[in-house]
Amino acid sequence: MIREPATLFLIILFPVILTLAFGTSFGAIGGSQSTTYQIGVVNTDSAGPYQQWSQRFVGNLTNTEILRIQDYSDNETAQADLIQGKIQAVLLIPENFGESCNSFWAAPTDSSLWVNTTVQLYLDSGSMFATQAIPLIIQQVLAATVYGDQPISVPRPIQIGSPSLIQASKTTMFDYMAPGIFAYAAIFLTMTVAQSFTTDREKGLLRRINITPTTPTEFMTSQAVSNMLAALVQAVLVFAMAYLIGYRPNVDAASFTLAFVIVLIFSLCNVGFGLITATIAKSPGAATGIAFVFIMPQMFLGTFVGFALSPTGQAAGKFVPSYYVTDALTSLFLRGAPISSPTILLDLAVVSVCSVIALLLGIVLFRKYGKA
Amino acid sequence: MIMKEVAIVIDNLTKRFEDVTAVDGLSLEVEKGELFGLLGPNGAGKTTTINVLCGLLEPTSGSVRVGGCDAQKELNKVKELIGVCPQDTAVFSYLTGRENVELFGNLHAMPKEKLKKNTEELLRKLDLLDDANRRVGKYSGGMRRRLNLIMALVNDPEIAFLDEPTVAMDVQSRHAVWDFIKDLKKQNKTVILTTHYMEEAEELCDRVGIIDYGKLIALGTPEQLKDKFGAKNLEKVFIQLTGRRIREEL
Repeated sequence: MIREPATLFLIILFPVILTLAFGTSFGAIGGSQSTTYQIGVVNTDSAGPYQQWSQRFVGNLTNTEILRIQDYSDNETAQADLIQGKIQAVLLIPENFGESCNSFWAAPTDSSLWVNTTVQLYLDSGSMFATQAIPLIIQQVLAATVYGDQPISVPRPIQIGSPSLIQASKTTMFDYMAPGIFAYAAIFLTMTVAQSFTTDREKGLLRRINITPTTPTEFMTSQAVSNMLAALVQAVLVFAMAYLIGYRPNVDAASFTLAFVIVLIFSLCNVGFGLITATIAKSPGAATGIAFVFIMPQMFLGTFVGFALSPTGQAAGKFVPSYYVTDALTSLFLRGAPISSPTILLDLAVVSVCSVIALLLGIVLFRKYGKA
Repeated sequence: MIMKEVAIVIDNLTKRFEDVTAVDGLSLEVEKGELFGLLGPNGAGKTTTINVLCGLLEPTSGSVRVGGCDAQKELNKVKELIGVCPQDTAVFSYLTGRENVELFGNLHAMPKEKLKKNTEELLRKLDLLDDANRRVGKYSGGMRRRLNLIMALVNDPEIAFLDEPTVAMDVQSRHAVWDFIKDLKKQNKTVILTTHYMEEAEELCDRVGIIDYGKLIALGTPEQLKDKFGAKNLEKVFIQLTGRRIREEL
């Protein structure tokens, strides 16, 4: 066991990495931290005669410590950030909010004298947790702000309207997971590529190919292209299976095309990781084990597991390429963001840069140290 | 005196791996159209020499020229001239015999028609035509080795390096391969053949070089060497020169 590095890795290092991955993703590594949600507030009653009500409401929201408030001067800007996933909700406080509160306290038992109003709440349709947690928090804070200790069953002049909640309630757990599953499928290319190269090297096939006039550039290009095609087939199969299960993202052809393009570019990143693995691994068995060093962080921090992560895990996720793939596909498929939105373009840029770096590094390292 | 064209020139070649000297000051020339046998015990430096000739290894010192081209500076030209049959059977198990041959023909950028013609001819000559469409994973060891040889020659190279092409073959297959190799000589191809089978060297080779511990210790035709060392056959010459101690590959 001591003399077989691959076995040693699988028995000792693999459980360590696995535990670390789970701990970072779901545990309290980095100290005990509670989840926070960023919400945008558009307060159109900030300058009225009863402005103290809306100010108290916003103050109470801030004091919850679970909500981080970002002020917006207009709803359009707030909605633009919501659709790109920068904030998890938008709260639109109406102009007559203070008047409504004041009318209740002026005649708490005579509803005919109340000024009725609605606080609009828009939720991030790409976040299952935001959809479930935020409305309850808002409702609780609103009640405490306006009614103090009044029982909840008493009729009230102020309601919470959540137009996007109606839409979100039709969304299943699988719909939230699906963007990550597309990325997940491409991640395992790392292992496939590593195994393929180490097997061919072990059999003397790489050496044999090296004796032909085919240049290393031509050979590597052919490997990259063939693996991209494999990734394309995988993405099509994943989508076909998801469609059969009932996944129906409401997107246009341009968004679909961009989603596949992002997955294809991401596949190059994993080809690069596969080459790096093949450089290190001396056998196909070792390649299988070492590939998990690249697979597991991406899997836990950047795919469908991502939405359940601890704050530390979410922060760590930004260092893995799959996070940006999942984020882009979530924006496209769940939030309905246009393909030209800055967040999606940024995700595409990050994935592209990571892919170029990983692929070039993999090629250079393999040519220098990985051939037999 | 007729000056024959020289196909391969090895000039004071040395190759070291860390503290091991695999080839030590080797110098020899192989004429165009010659079938040259490179003999030696395990670990003598035969395969290392072949690897330097086809550009897989860089010499520590010295130079090699193949087909008039420097194997280090003009490697791309050398690769177009040579075909190499490696010692280990390097074939794709999940492809058919024909697909393996055609793949390597395509790696040599052969024209389609010529590739097809060469593939059929070589498969026929080495009795693999009937099994050409079966996956290599189902082939016997002898069939794989014959396929290994075909893949090295599909591009119709001027110079062929055959590293122990008949090892582990039965008698019939070996004789079939011998006939095939003699046919290469008739086509005026230059062949360097490494082998442990002395009768093979006697049967096929115009000249033989015996190397041991990386050095050339004898060079000549089989008849010249037998006369020089007073031996009945090449095996006796070999044992006289290299001793009876069992050797291991590096």
